[in-house]
Amino acid sequence: MDVAIEITSSICLLIGSFLCVSGGVGILRFPDFYTRMHAAGVTDTLGAGMILIGLMLQSQDFLVFAKLVMILLMMLFINPTASHALAKSAIHNGLKPVLDIKERNNTESESSSR
Amino acid sequence: MKDLVAVVMLAGIYGLLSACFFVAMDAVDVAFTEASVGAGISTLLMLVAITMTGRSEQAARHKPALAFVVVVITGGLLIYGTLDMPYFGAVDAPIQVHVAPRYINDSMQEVGVPNIVTSVLASYRGFDTFGEAVVIFTAGIGVLTLLPVLRSRKGDDAVESLNDSMHEQHLIVRIVTKILIPLILLFALYVQFHGDFGPGGGFQAGVIFAAAIILYAMLFGLEVARRVINQTFIQFAAAFGVLLYGSVGLVSLLNGGNFLDYSVLSADPIAGQHLGILLIELGVGCTVTSVMVIIFFHFAGRKEDKQRMKEEEVG
Repeated sequence: MDVAIEITSSICLLIGSFLCVSGGVGILRFPDFYTRMHAAGVTDTLGAGMILIGLMLQSQDFLVFAKLVMILLMMLFINPTASHALAKSAIHNGLKPVLDIKERNNTESESSSR
Repeated sequence: MKDLVAVVMLAGIYGLLSACFFVAMDAVDVAFTEASVGAGISTLLMLVAITMTGRSEQAARHKPALAFVVVVITGGLLIYGTLDMPYFGAVDAPIQVHVAPRYINDSMQEVGVPNIVTSVLASYRGFDTFGEAVVIFTAGIGVLTLLPVLRSRKGDDAVESLNDSMHEQHLIVRIVTKILIPLILLFALYVQFHGDFGPGGGFQAGVIFAAAIILYAMLFGLEVARRVINQTFIQFAAAFGVLLYGSVGLVSLLNGGNFLDYSVLSADPIAGQHLGILLIELGVGCTVTSVMVIIFFHFAGRKEDKQRMKEEEVG
């Protein structure tokens, strides 16, 4: 039983860490604001959530477990809402998403050739 | 950097990072204060100020070279000064041998509060904290005098229609906020009254409480928030907090102790200390909450007034 919990928890922690790192790479590599926000928002919610679940499985104390559950709930509430508010204000202020990389390259080469 | 919003955000990130290294150095109370004040409310108030002043920096009218030279020389002198300081964490450093041993060894018998930071802040150094509360109160008075709100009262219909249009725009954020605000307020109260036993106290609790009210004002409109939080009441509360703090000091003076010596407040010195710390933390929390809310309302109200005046000029 202990071994099973240990293995599940480490798998959760590993997936969580991988998601957080990939979110960081995504912020640097994605082409425009919305895709970057997606990288930051989705992977942070899921990544941090997985890490918290992994930590919950590790915790011996009930108090620690309860605190982690509270943090997880708070994050599930706040992170998506923050991303939503961010995207909404970006749209509201007229930031257009880049729909196709080819299209963007074309417009860039056109504007530079002019 | 020309974009002021980015500058404010960087300052906030710096506050959060320094909170992290305070935690790493086991100064949880300081980290809590830094996270709530430095990274939280001050960033927010700066952003509100930017909405009034404009987003980009004005072109420099002076030569930056001279300022740079002054900064480099001052920085060099400061680093030179640190060379004389004892090694970090040295046992014989003045800070470790002066008053710290007394706080660590005797505060449990003298004050009886598990969190030594609270006993130092509220009891041993109560007068300093009184000064801090007065400083915050003075800041509130300064904002009140410098930025009078030119209030031309909007009718109920205008508020209602604005409320409806905002409701459609911010539906999701509003619903989540409605769920979260009670939790934030509850957490603030917990921080306020648990300051004796864990990290926390009047300053942090006041800022968190104010943050909940400001969140409400941002999403439900200033007019609606003004109805919830009565302006006269909040100004009264700002003064009341400082008054409560000072009165505790005066009562202990009348009971035959020193100013802010809580031991004489009750027959049992420890119970007196508990009562005194509870009351002055309540005063600090009251003042901090009210002043933060006052500053936000006046900054944001100024912006709304300007917009309304423009609309009236155009119309």
